[in-house]
Amino acid sequence: MPGILILAEKEDGKLKKYSRELASKAVALAKSLNAPVYGVVIGNQASAAAEELGAFGVQEATAIEGPGVQSYTGDGYAKALLPLIQELKPQIILASASGMGKDILPRLAMKLKAGLATDCVELSIENGKLKAKRPIFSGKVFVDVTFLSDVQLATARPNSFAVTVVDAEKKAAVKTIQSASEGARVVVKEVKEAEKGMKDLTEADIVVAGGRALGSSENFKIIRDLADTLGATVGASRAAVDAGYISHDHQVGQTGKTVNPKLYIACGISGAIQHLTGMQSSKVIVAINKDPEAPIFSKADYGIVGDLFVLLPILTTKIKELLGK
Amino acid sequence: MNEHPALPVRMKGVRGEGATKWRVKVRLCWTAKQIRRICGVNGPPDIMKIGVLLKQTPDTETKIKIKSDATGIDESDIKWVINPFDEYAVEEALRLKEASGGGEVVIVTAGVKRSVDSMRQALAMGADRGIRIDTEGVSVDNYTTALMLSKVVSQENFEVVFAGKQAVDDDGVHVAHGVSAELDWPCVWPIEHIELGADKKLVKVTRPVGGGVKEILEMQLPGIICCDKGENAPRYASLPGIMKAKSKPIAELKAADLLGGATPLVQFTHFALPPERKAGKILKGEPEQVCAELVKLLHEEAKVI
Repeated sequence: MPGILILAEKEDGKLKKYSRELASKAVALAKSLNAPVYGVVIGNQASAAAEELGAFGVQEATAIEGPGVQSYTGDGYAKALLPLIQELKPQIILASASGMGKDILPRLAMKLKAGLATDCVELSIENGKLKAKRPIFSGKVFVDVTFLSDVQLATARPNSFAVTVVDAEKKAAVKTIQSASEGARVVVKEVKEAEKGMKDLTEADIVVAGGRALGSSENFKIIRDLADTLGATVGASRAAVDAGYISHDHQVGQTGKTVNPKLYIACGISGAIQHLTGMQSSKVIVAINKDPEAPIFSKADYGIVGDLFVLLPILTTKIKELLGK
Repeated sequence: MNEHPALPVRMKGVRGEGATKWRVKVRLCWTAKQIRRICGVNGPPDIMKIGVLLKQTPDTETKIKIKSDATGIDESDIKWVINPFDEYAVEEALRLKEASGGGEVVIVTAGVKRSVDSMRQALAMGADRGIRIDTEGVSVDNYTTALMLSKVVSQENFEVVFAGKQAVDDDGVHVAHGVSAELDWPCVWPIEHIELGADKKLVKVTRPVGGGVKEILEMQLPGIICCDKGENAPRYASLPGIMKAKSKPIAELKAADLLGGATPLVQFTHFALPPERKAGKILKGEPEQVCAELVKLLHEEAKVI
């Protein structure tokens, strides 16, 4: 029976926001195919998160738990998923274009000889098959992807689809599978938390980014202060990363990360083309820069020409006042 | 010393103290293989065979234009470079070769004729030879590319393969993983730091997970390592490197011979530019005033805070 399988993700035992978006989208697609949606969640305490999928209209879900999937490795997770896919034989497999989705779906695509469209911002059904729209050249161009394969795989960019709750109380029927740990070829030896509590750039709702104008790593504190106030993630331009002010984890742009937040605040970033392509899908862009000619202003919804060292502390205080902090 | 033909000529002009300095310099040029031979180390040379999957992509500065019939991009004004992430892969491969006391770094590319230029650039950085799968006139996608590359990787018997974490043109994050799945090799992605285990059967890598978390992983070899930007800057090709690269071999294979009838599984059917963002309001006034106005606009007009 054709069906859609979604690979959902969890954090602290709860479904990730982008997985809720994905479930909502999958349920909508399944309606036009008249096919069921199956969910799968992998890792410790996956079953609680799998149950949550019911709220979005997913009836059945599988939780893969056990020593084989205790810590994430693309190799181990892809291996754990294959038997389930062979059992369900879904026509479409969807995941989020998260670190995990991007790491796992290409492996499955190759094993299944299935076409894959990555990082999609639109998904629809056309002639009984999945059709996708996705950015290439880091957002400089959008392409429509047509599948030539029977089985179709796609990853969806976080923050691209609305969350549609069908019944908040409804729980999906969950089957739990135990995964053994034999034959692991990749092993996690150590996990280091370099910066506590930072949400990944690709899934952040708000990003406050700093550029070379910050001048030093210490000065990034004013960016972090504003970000903390807004519950935002800190971004940076390539120039700031290459100057050593902040690690590459924060880089937004073509050789960094593509972000899709509702608010992007660019501080002291002039706006090289590689940076602009990485952030131009943000819903609202604010630019703060000394140079009135900076290209960033041509993309910004709101711009302030001025010294960020003067402006940012004031802005942080004003936002604190607004949020009652 | 045959590997340094320029040497005797330059030695002639060197006298006295300078000559000693020059000789020290020369010794630094000896390869691990030569050192082993000179020191009388017996047994088979301890050579690592390292593959690098390399793609030629437009320079990231390129303003991409679309063909008038929306079926592809206009390639007329493009400056082609090594995919930036693949450059990290070349660098890591060269470092691994150096750290393991010798070996061979082979650049493998599936691409049209012009991609030879990028392969030569990698050879100029220090890679030893290249293999190009000629895709001229063949319709390829990530699946068929992975299929072809996996055939070469398997034939070459690489012990480890490096690739960039993604190509900056199609942003697919697909090919290296595809090769690993086809060969049933492990694959780690994205990786910013690499250390080879003492027995050369394991590699220890650092993986940024996002949100400020880093994982240290151990992967069994053979395997594929997909490189991210890390702390390492790819080396520049030296002038002698560029001269040498001209004579390094690049073998050519035909795509059709490797595909065995396999055809693409996806097609890019319509290309479009994103809607142009228009410049919005520039807020003017004293810092206090503009900040207050911005907060008000973000809260009441844009409704994002």
